[in-house]
Formats: sequence, structure tokens, C-alpha cells
Amino acid sequence: MAAEPGSPAGHKGKLKIFLGYAAGVGKTYQMLTEAQELKLQSIDVVIGYFEPHGRAETIAQTAGLEFVPRRIFEHRGATFEDMDTTAVIARHPQVAVVDEFAHTNVPGAERPKRWQDVMAILDEGIDVLTSLNIQHIESLNDQVWHVTGIRVRETVPDWVVQEADEVVMVDVTPRALLHRLERGVVYSHEKAQQALENFFTESNLTALRELAMRQTAHQLEERREELRLPQPVRALDSQRQESILIWLTLNPSTAMLIRRGRRVADYLNSACTALFVARDSTMSELSAENRASVERLLNVCRNLRINPEVIESPEPAKAVAAWAREHGITQIFVTRDAPEAQKLVHLARDMQVTIVAERVRHAT
Amino acid sequence: MASKEFCRPDPEELLRQITAQEAHEARGRLKIFLGYAPRVGKSLRMFDEGRRRKKRGQDVVIGAIQRKGVDDITGLIREFEIIPPLHVGDADTIDVEAILRRAPQVCLVDELARDNPPGSKYPHRWQEVAEIRAHGVNVVSAINLQHICEQQDAVQRITGRRSANFVPQSFIQTADEIVLVDVPAEDLTHHGGKSSLSPAQLSELRELALLLAAQVVEHQLQSYMDSHGILQSWGTQERILVCITPRSSARSMLESGARAAQRFHGQLLAVYVKQGELTRAAEEAVEENLEFARKLGAEVHVIGGDGGAKDPIAQIVRFAREQRITQVFVGHTQQSSWKFWSQNPVDKLIREAEGMDVRIFPNAGVQAA
Repeated sequence: MAAEPGSPAGHKGKLKIFLGYAAGVGKTYQMLTEAQELKLQSIDVVIGYFEPHGRAETIAQTAGLEFVPRRIFEHRGATFEDMDTTAVIARHPQVAVVDEFAHTNVPGAERPKRWQDVMAILDEGIDVLTSLNIQHIESLNDQVWHVTGIRVRETVPDWVVQEADEVVMVDVTPRALLHRLERGVVYSHEKAQQALENFFTESNLTALRELAMRQTAHQLEERREELRLPQPVRALDSQRQESILIWLTLNPSTAMLIRRGRRVADYLNSACTALFVARDSTMSELSAENRASVERLLNVCRNLRINPEVIESPEPAKAVAAWAREHGITQIFVTRDAPEAQKLVHLARDMQVTIVAERVRHAT
Repeated sequence: MASKEFCRPDPEELLRQITAQEAHEARGRLKIFLGYAPRVGKSLRMFDEGRRRKKRGQDVVIGAIQRKGVDDITGLIREFEIIPPLHVGDADTIDVEAILRRAPQVCLVDELARDNPPGSKYPHRWQEVAEIRAHGVNVVSAINLQHICEQQDAVQRITGRRSANFVPQSFIQTADEIVLVDVPAEDLTHHGGKSSLSPAQLSELRELALLLAAQVVEHQLQSYMDSHGILQSWGTQERILVCITPRSSARSMLESGARAAQRFHGQLLAVYVKQGELTRAAEEAVEENLEFARKLGAEVHVIGGDGGAKDPIAQIVRFAREQRITQVFVGHTQQSSWKFWSQNPVDKLIREAEGMDVRIFPNAGVQAA
């Protein structure tokens, strides 16, 4: 995204993300250590938001740093505290520390998501240091669920993460993290016991850690492409450009399909569009519930910066194949259990069709 | 669902795992700090780890220090007991016997990649570490990417330089824990201009190190799953299987597969299921395709072989599960009417390959322009 033409500072601030694979790996600690180092170099740095989680070592690391006071929000008689984005911008430091990038703002806040607040701060030419866990990256949502059995609700769209100028992976080994948990550094003992039994198993953590490493590596590659830095020679890159089409259906796996399609398109540097075929122009033949599902899917697309199209036809598979041919699509993505998935396979024999499976999760 | 039979490791495999597990438990644990370029601070992290272990009451000694002008660590190492090195000629090596006599819980070994002077018991330092571990002493060590044998070609492509000393990657894979010392490239170039490498070069080295660490972690994950009898793939790494037949448009499938494997930093496999008598031409076509697969770096498997496999699709699906495949690439068959899809092998594959993506390719000749 280019700098907003009207931004008062004339340039965008730099975004640096401290990426971890689980709570307790030390993202916030490392971020604050960096803030302290910046302060030593006489850079004007403030804490815009900090979530202490009662961890003594982390809290100690804020010593001497200026805090922008939190703002109290009132909503239906209850009060909530959250970052005061307006005050951070008004204070206008060189660097702002904003913990928990994926946080959903309290009701009544100006913007629904913290990452949107961060974007607003960056637009003012202020650099931001923030923290993020791998499971909050939108396109990894299904894979994280597959590994941990936990469906993460607070997610950050991938394009937002790709805006980062720098992603640092905060790495400790799962064994060290488990020791920390046992010693009560991360959670209180009671909560730690629960965490150990559910999310924090050595195999879960190992898998998440591998995902974080691969994600950070991918991020570096993307960044070099963006800056047009010289890339290592790849023998197969001369191949023609791919163009991916995601066929949206009412099959429950479709949200997963959209995320997968987006991820593959990102990795292959290809265009990505989505198509829903309604059987008539008003979608009135759909029940209210189904209409809401379609709207939700279209929103999942927009959130991931995929332009969804809706067309009408009494024969969906045929219409998808024709639309794809007309638009120079090379690969169609469809869920395994979509009605007419196999029909499409045979109607689009001149293209590649990828049948995407919900990866089965067995209890371990 | 036919997945039941895949959940039980066979007895041979179990025995192998148990033997490996036993040897593993007697051996000291190895923890490695991996840096992607000189001066990222891997030795500091290693000594800091030693300090924290000592604080927790573990018996920690230093087995080797890198001597080349690192002032930062002088303060850090003061509190440790140092086992003096052996002098061989005018160079030093680790005194393995002294360490084993001292028998600490943990031994810190800086700079894992070092060649010993002629006349030493072991030519390389990593062999000394292996010996120390074999006696049940835990080792914490540090190494930079450019010193790992299998990474040296790639590093040289990026930096134009090649280090003389190296450690085989297979030894790195034996580490119980690997920690990536990840510092953004700008920290090395901006603050004090520590590095002579450009930001682009450092970024590429960093990416390589991350992928190497991911590979070691994947290996650990697999051994954990194996030793716990879990035969499930979590798809943390994409594993792509291209199905070869005499007729399929194998070249374009293999090229797409290689490209996807490269982009996702995954693995490419190719499989051919032997099917009865082939014509001479068909046999040659298969061989040519398999050769092309090898050229692209695919791991090639030929399965079946009981002469005319009854159900090649079932064999492919079974093989794919064993290999923890995440995506299967297959070509369309010649018949084109979808009305008979129940007999069509492609449709059979789609139905049976539950939990894997199936990507179907056009037949050569009808490929879209």
C-alpha cells in the first residue's frame, strides 16, 4: 500500500513485528528490550499499549519508558480500558510500542481492530513495534486449528502482516517454554496446568514453531520482492503466470478454501479471484440464512483482498468453467464436498482443478 | 475409510524406534544456537544459556571458547569453570578426556565448526562433541550457517565466499534442540556497520537459516510422532506427490510440482505404479518421465510390481498416507464423459484421498492457451 497522499508527516512510519509461536516465548520482553535500546540512542520512544499479564520480568523491562495513558471507554453502562490511539498520535513520538497486534478493540472504540489503530499511527509517520503470534495470521487459521484443535477468533489479514518492514521471530525451544510454564513464569500455576494439558503440548508447540519459521522465511522473500532486491535465481520462474479462481459454494468448508487459495496465490505470486454462482439474479431463491452465508463468504474474500464476483446461471459448474476460460484462469479451487465439484473437474479439462480437502484432525 | 491400517506402525519399525529411543536416552542432549551470519550474537546466547542453567543449580563447565577478539563474552565466562584445552603443535583442541573425567552435567562448546590440528584424536570438533555426548554429558554449542556442509553452495552463491571448516547437516539433525538467533539484517548493517554484507545478502542468509531450522524442527516433530505411534501429518511442510503414468502429461505436472515445492520450501515426490505389460513405447515414456522427475530433484518411487496391480488408486492413496503427502498431482485420463465418473480413476482418487488436496491437470494437447 502506498503512503496516503494526505498524510501529515509525508511518509509512513515503519512497522516491525515480533512474531512468536505461542504465549510466553518472550515477544513482549524482546520488544521492550529493543525500546530500551532505542531510548539509550536518544530516540523518542513511548509505550502506546502494553499488556503486562502479571509477568514480573516483562514489567521490569518497561522501567523508565514513557506510557501514554490508556483511554476509558464506556459502553452500555460498563467501562473498558484500551489504547488511546488519538493520544498516541497527538504525542507524536518517533517510535510507539503497541503490544498485541491481533487484539479486538473494546466496544465503542474508534476502530474495531488494533491493527487498524496501528495503521493509523503509521500513517502519521510514527514507527511502530508490535507483537503477534503465528496463530493469529488469517491464512494459517485452518492449519493452526488442525494442529491444536483451537479455532482462533482474533485474526489479522495476511496483507496487513505483509506491510511490515521487518518481522523478527522470537524463538525459544518448546522444552524451554514448557519449563517456563511449569515454573509459573507465563501463567499462574492453576492456569498453567490447564494450558499444559491442552494447547501447550510439546508436539503442538513444535509444529507451531515450524510454521512460524516458515512464515518468517516467506516474509523475507516477499519483502525482497517488494523492494526489488536481487533474488536468488530460480530455474522454474520463467513459467507463465498462474491465475487462481476460488469457486464459492455454500459448502461449510468454503471459508477454509478461500484462505487456502489466498495462501497458494501469495506463494505463487499469482492473481486470485473468487466466484459465486447464484441460480437467479436476486439470490431470492436462497433462504435468508443462506444469503447471510454468501455475504459472509464475500466478506472473508474482501478481508483477504480477493475481489469476489457473483454471476447467475442455472448450471453452476458449467458457468464456472466458462467464466474461468473467459478470464484466463489457470487453476480453479473447489472444496471436496461442494455439489458439482466432480462435474467441474470434467467440464474444465483444459484447466487445472484443485480439489481442496479439509485436513482431517484426529485426537492425539 | 481405509485409514485404520495406516495407524499401526509395523513391528520392525517399532523395534527400530525403541532401539533408537534407548540409545537416545543414554546420550547427552545437544542444544545448538544457529546464527545466519557472523556476529549475530550466537555465542552470547550460548553463554547466557549456560549462566541461567548454572543459576538453576546445574553443573556447567566450558569446554571450548572461541578466542578471536570477542570482548562482550569476557565478563560472561568469568563465572564458569573452564576445562583447559590440549595443545597440539601450536594449536588447541578440546580436552575430551579431561571433560569426561570431570563429568559435568553440561559442557559449553563455542564454535562447533572447527578443524583440529594434524595429530589430534579427532579431525573435527563436532566429532569431539559426539564423543562427549556419548558419555551422557549434555552439550550446548553454537554454529553459523556458512559452516554447515549442505548449505555451503547456497551461501557461496549469496556471498561469493566459502568457509573452509564445516559440519555435516546430519550431525545438526541429531540436536535435541535448535535455537535460531534471529536478528533483523538492519541491526547488522546499521548499528555500527558490523557486517560487510548487503541487506539483500543478509536477508537471503536469514531466510536460509530459518528454513534450515524449520527442517530440523520438522525432523524432531516426525521423530516425536513416530516414537508416540502417531501416523498423522500436520502438513507443516508441503509434500507434493506427482502421479506418473505412461500417458499423463507428466512434464507439466512435474514442473508445476517442482515450482510449488520450491515456493513452499516443501518436498517433491513422484510415484509410478507398475501396471502389467507395457508396450516398448509406453515403457520408454515412463522412464523418460521418471528421469525428468529426478532431474527436478524429486524423490522417485516405483511401487506395485506384482504384475498388473489390481487397484493402482488404492496403492497411490496408501503410499501418499505413508509419505504424509499434502497434495497429489494427477493427470486427466483420455475418456472424457463425466457421466461415468464412478469408474473414472481420477474420480476414484478424489473420493479416496481424504485429507489431501488433489490437483488435476489437463491432458497434454488440450492444455489451455
